[in-house]
Amino acid sequence: MSQYILRRLMIAIPSLLGISVVLFVVLALAPGDPFSELATNPNVPPEVQAALRAKFGLDDPIYLRYLHWITAMAHGDWGFSFVSRVDVDTLILQRLPTTLYVVGSSQLLALLIAIPVGVYAATRPYSLFDQLANTFAFIGFSLPTFFTGILFILVFSVKLDWLPFVYTSVPGSGIPWLLEMIRQAIMPVMVLGLFQAASMTRFVRSAMLDVIRLDYVTTARAKGLGQAKVIVKHVMRNAMIPVVTLIALQMPAVFGGAIVTEQIFRIPGIGSLLISSILANDTPVVMAVTFVFACLVVLFNLIADVLYGWLDPRISFR
Amino acid sequence: MFDNNLRGMIDDVKDGRMDRRAFVKRMIAVGLTAPMANQILAIGGVAMAQSPNPYKPTKRGGGGPLKLLWWQGPTLLNPHFATGTKDQDGSRIFYEPLASWDVDGHLNPILAAEIPSIQNGGLSADAKTVTWKLKPGVKWHDGKPVTADDLVFNWEYASDPATAAVSIETYSGLTVEKIDDLTVRINFKKPTPFWANAFVGAYGCIIPKHLFADYKGGKSREAPNNLKPVGTGPYKFVEFKPGDLIRGEINPDYHMANRPFFDTIEMKGGGDAVSAARAVIQTGEYDFAWNIQVEDEVLLRLEKGGKGKALFAVGGDIEFIAINFTDPNTEVDGERSSIKTKHPILSDPRVRQALALLVDRDSVKKAIYGRAGRTTANYLNGPEEFVSKNTKWEFSVEKASALLEQAGWKPGSDGIREKDGKKLKLLYQTSINGPRQKTQAIVKQACQKAGIDVELKSVVASVFFSSDVANPDTYAHFYADIEMFQIPMTQPDPALHMRRYHSRNIATKENKWQGPNFPRWANKEFDAAIDAADTETDPIKRADLYIKGNDLMWQDNVMIPVMHRLAVEASSNTLRPALSGWANQTDNLQDWYRES
Repeated sequence: MSQYILRRLMIAIPSLLGISVVLFVVLALAPGDPFSELATNPNVPPEVQAALRAKFGLDDPIYLRYLHWITAMAHGDWGFSFVSRVDVDTLILQRLPTTLYVVGSSQLLALLIAIPVGVYAATRPYSLFDQLANTFAFIGFSLPTFFTGILFILVFSVKLDWLPFVYTSVPGSGIPWLLEMIRQAIMPVMVLGLFQAASMTRFVRSAMLDVIRLDYVTTARAKGLGQAKVIVKHVMRNAMIPVVTLIALQMPAVFGGAIVTEQIFRIPGIGSLLISSILANDTPVVMAVTFVFACLVVLFNLIADVLYGWLDPRISFR
Repeated sequence: MFDNNLRGMIDDVKDGRMDRRAFVKRMIAVGLTAPMANQILAIGGVAMAQSPNPYKPTKRGGGGPLKLLWWQGPTLLNPHFATGTKDQDGSRIFYEPLASWDVDGHLNPILAAEIPSIQNGGLSADAKTVTWKLKPGVKWHDGKPVTADDLVFNWEYASDPATAAVSIETYSGLTVEKIDDLTVRINFKKPTPFWANAFVGAYGCIIPKHLFADYKGGKSREAPNNLKPVGTGPYKFVEFKPGDLIRGEINPDYHMANRPFFDTIEMKGGGDAVSAARAVIQTGEYDFAWNIQVEDEVLLRLEKGGKGKALFAVGGDIEFIAINFTDPNTEVDGERSSIKTKHPILSDPRVRQALALLVDRDSVKKAIYGRAGRTTANYLNGPEEFVSKNTKWEFSVEKASALLEQAGWKPGSDGIREKDGKKLKLLYQTSINGPRQKTQAIVKQACQKAGIDVELKSVVASVFFSSDVANPDTYAHFYADIEMFQIPMTQPDPALHMRRYHSRNIATKENKWQGPNFPRWANKEFDAAIDAADTETDPIKRADLYIKGNDLMWQDNVMIPVMHRLAVEASSNTLRPALSGWANQTDNLQDWYRES
C-alpha cells in the first residue's frame, strides 16, 4: 500500500513538471501585459511602461523566465504579483478562507440534497417523486450559474430586498457578525449548491439503481430485513463507491473557487483572484493558482484511488 | 482685441476693481470660463481664491459608515505605484497631495498652507520655480510631523528609475529643494507654465520619509508600508485585501476642521459596472459606485423610483477615430505602418474629410452615450479657454460621396467605390467594449451608404493597450487604417494631451512603438505651435497656441472626435460627494458628507 502511494507520488512529479511547462508557455504566448492601463494615461510616458516590463523581466526569453520561476518555486518563493507587487502566497492565503467557506458550504448543501433525494428516488423509480426529482435535476443543471445568480439577485435583492448581493467581509464578531456572514452567503451558496446537487442527484440515483437490482439485495430482503436497513446498510454502502470518487475529484474545485459565481456576488475568493489576474495578465498569480490547482487534482486523484481500495477490498494496489 | 480685454480684466481683479466671481462670470460670457481660470489669474499675478467645496457638517465624525463600490478593486496602496485610477483612488483615502483639483478645476489646498501665486511669492515670473508652503502642525497617522524633508524625499523616491515608480515623469525634469522645515522650492529645468503637476493630484500624494527611506530604489517593493499606508488623509488604515477591499476609520487628528464626516470607510472591489450601479441606485446597499460605464438607457431605467442617481462630471476625455497616415499593408525594414510609406487611400485629404462627414455623432450620442457624452468637432475639449470656437462638424452622406467622387473614387458594380482597379476598403479597429462595437456598427453603416467597405476588428483591451513590442494588435503598432479609443485628460491642462502628436513622437519600430503619436501625423506648423506653447508663460498666448494646434488637427482630419465623454458615477440620493471631471473621484474625499 505505502509502496503504491510512493510510486504514484513519484509519477506525479514529471506530470506536474509537464503541466507547469504547458501552463507557463501558454501564459507567455498569450498577448498583453500587466501595464496596459498606463497606455492611455498621458501623465505616464510609454518609456515608463517599457521600463517596468524590463524590470519585471517580461522581455526575457521564455525559457529563462521559466527557469527563474521553477527554481524560485522549488525554494518556496512563489514570486510576486506584477499588479499589486504583493507576494503571491500572501494573496492566495488571503482569499482561501472565503473560498473554502462559500464553495465548501455549497458542496455540503449539494450532498445534503443529493444523497437523500437520489436514494429515495432510486427506491421508487418512475414514481411521482422520482419524476419530480428528475425534472428539477434537469432544470438545475441546464441553467448556468450566471443565470440563476442574476435571477436570485433580481428576486431576493431587488424585488424582495431580503438579502444583500454584494459579499463583503463584515467587521466585528459575535452572534450578529455570524448571522451577517450567513445572510450574505445564502444566495451564492444556494446558486452553487443547487447546481451541484442537480447533477449529483442524477448520479446517486443511477448508482443506487445499479446496485438495488442485484441478487444480494433480494437475498437481504428475503432474510426479512426491513426496507430501511436494506437500503442504508446493504445498498448504499456499495452504491456510494463511485459517489465518493466523484466527491474526491470535486475537492480541488472547493479550493479553486467558482469563477463565475464569485464574480457575480463579488466574493473575494480564489476564483475571482484568478479571473482578475488573467484579465490583467498578472502571470505570477495565474501561474501559482493554476499550478496549485493542478497539484490538488493530482493529489485528490490519488486519495480517490486509495479510498476505493478501502471501500471495496476487492480492489488491490499493484 | 479680446486679448486686451482679458488683460484689462485681470488688472481689474488685481486692483480690486472687479471681484473674482465677476471675473469668472465675465469669462463664462465670452466662452472662457474654465478650471484654468484661476491659473490665468495666478500667472497674471492674482492670488488664488481658496474655494473649498460646499460643506455643511459642523462637527467631525458621526456620519456612520461610507460604503464605496469600485467594480475594479484597488490592487495596491502606494500612490507612486498606482497603475490605474482604481489604485490612485484607493491610495488617496490615506495619502494626500499638497493640493487637489476641485469641482470647477481650481486648485484646492490640502496639505499646502496656500496655493502659490505671483502675489504671495510662490511663483516666479519666468515660470521656472514654484515655492510651496506646508500647513503647519500636520501629522502623519503615526503622530510624526509632516515636514519639507518628506516632500524632498518623495521627489527623490519617485524620480529614481530603480524605484520603478509610475509617477516618475511627474517628478523628472525638476529638482526639489528644502528652504525651511515647512517650505520647499521646485526648480524646473525649463520654463513650465503648467506648474501644478508635482505634489498635486493623484501622483502628487506624499508618502512619509521615515517609513519609506529604507526602501528607495531597488528595494521599493519590500516596504511593509506598501500594504499598510500611513498617510495624512481623513481616514486611517484598518485593512487591505488587494483587488477586494479597503477599510479605514476616521482620523481624529485630521488637519481640516469638522472633517471628515464619516466614521468608517469601506471600498469594495470586484464585479461589473451594471451590478455596481444596481447596488447603489436600485437597492441602496452601497453609497457610491465609480466609473459606471453603462448605457444611459440602463441607468435611466434603474433610476426610476430608485435610491440613488447617476452623476456626471465634465472633464476633457475624448473618444475619437484616428487616421493612419502611413501604409499598414506595406512592410519596410520589418515594420508595417512605417513613416517611410504613405497611406494609399487616406493620404488624400478629401477621403479623410469624407470619413469625418460619415461619423454620425448625434446618433452615437443618442444610441449609446446619452447624458454621458457631448458631441464635438474638437480633439481638445477643455478647460474652456483651450477649446476652439473655429471648428464645426456635420454628418452628410451626400457631401462625403461628392468628395469621394472628386477624389476619383467611382462606384463599382457591387456598390463599393474603386479607383484604378482598387477597392475603397478600410480596416477599422478598436478595443472590445460594448459602446465601441456599437459605434463601429453605426460608422460602418454610414460608410457603406457612401460606398466605402469597412472591415471591423476588435481587440481585447489588455492587448490593444499593451506595450508588447512583439504584438501587432496594439493601438501603437496601428496595423489598421483607422482605429478608435479614448484618451483621458488627467489634469486641467492640454500640454501632455497635445504634445503626443508632435512629429518627433511618431511611433516607430526604432522607438519600439513607444512614440505616442500613433497616427504618425507630421505637421511642421503643429510642431511649432506645441513647442512654443511648452515654454510660453503668457496664459492667453499659450491658450491660443493650443487652439491653433487643435484647429490644425481638425483641418487635417487627424482625429475624428466621436464623443466628448463625461465621467459617470452612481451615488445614493443622500450622499453629497465632491466630484470633479479634472480629478479622480476620491480626490476631495475629505469634503464628502451625507444630507439627512
